[in-house]
Amino acid sequence: MNLQEAKFEYLLRLGDSSLIIGHRLSEWCGHGPILEEDIALINIALDFVGNASALLTYAAQVEGKGRTEDDLAYLRSEREYRNLLLTEQPNGDYAVTIARQFLYDVYTFFLYEELKTSKDETIAAIAVKSHKEITYHLRHTTEWMYRLGDGTEESHKRMQTALNDLWMYTPDLFDMNEVDAILINEGIAVDLNKVKEAWEKRVREVISEAKLEIPAANIKQKGSREGRHSEHLGFLLAEMQYIPRSYPNANW
Amino acid sequence: MSDTQWPLWEVFVQGNPGIPHKHVGSVHAPDAEMAMQNARDVYTRRSEGISIWVVPAAAISASSPEDQGAFFEPANDKPYRHPTFYKIPEGVKYL
Repeated sequence: MNLQEAKFEYLLRLGDSSLIIGHRLSEWCGHGPILEEDIALINIALDFVGNASALLTYAAQVEGKGRTEDDLAYLRSEREYRNLLLTEQPNGDYAVTIARQFLYDVYTFFLYEELKTSKDETIAAIAVKSHKEITYHLRHTTEWMYRLGDGTEESHKRMQTALNDLWMYTPDLFDMNEVDAILINEGIAVDLNKVKEAWEKRVREVISEAKLEIPAANIKQKGSREGRHSEHLGFLLAEMQYIPRSYPNANW
Repeated sequence: MSDTQWPLWEVFVQGNPGIPHKHVGSVHAPDAEMAMQNARDVYTRRSEGISIWVVPAAAISASSPEDQGAFFEPANDKPYRHPTFYKIPEGVKYL
């Protein structure tokens, strides 16, 4: 694998994760628990889609085969997608959405903090812009973790169940392969062991403050780096890609 | 969408440094921090502000419509209270 190929893979990971979690959040549009929270979620969803657009545009450019960001978003199947398994998990109840988002926000908070000093100028510039957005996302989801975890008996139970169900997808966040080795060596990518340390510390702090328990790590799911996904991604893509695949080059 | 049981908060946004916070609307929220975040999401999405105040709606005492006569009408025939005889220097904004 050469540097260009590694960079393309890395950009797909970042961009696909943003796109998929942004799409998941957008599924809440009009269905939020209250009007204000509906708007908050959709703001966050739009931040992710914007970030995905920037990253996939750059990915297409790095690839150099004449594809566009839309080609990458709409014309790849699930095995070609590199988004984290966590990001494709269904919304569930509000506790699941918040738990998924919180675990992901802590991850991107520390990841993009490091990416701000990437030797790839475009990645660094995208990271600087995104990190401000992520800082707000994390603040929002952290407050919800406290309120649902340390809220009523019912909210506590749902929050704990959500964490237990999602926990198996967290090892996937820190999985590294040849792509990482090549790019870390060039000062472009981030050593995820470093992110993992910061992630674990923050997640533990918030979970404990929210009167919740860290789930037992019995099952460890990985596979997003190779395009091995849970069964949920295919359905998501079918919905997201239906129009562009049915009506190629449609404009509106 | 059915109404929420969360309390109502009035939202004030400052558009630029040095000018007053202006009432822009209200949000529902369980507490001050969430009210602040909801206000940020609902009222500053298009770069409307640089500072937000949220105030529990219940903490606001308002004059009632019946007070209008006694409160405000006596001022109507006292034009000498208006500083209309001063010249405003050019370039002063937000006055």
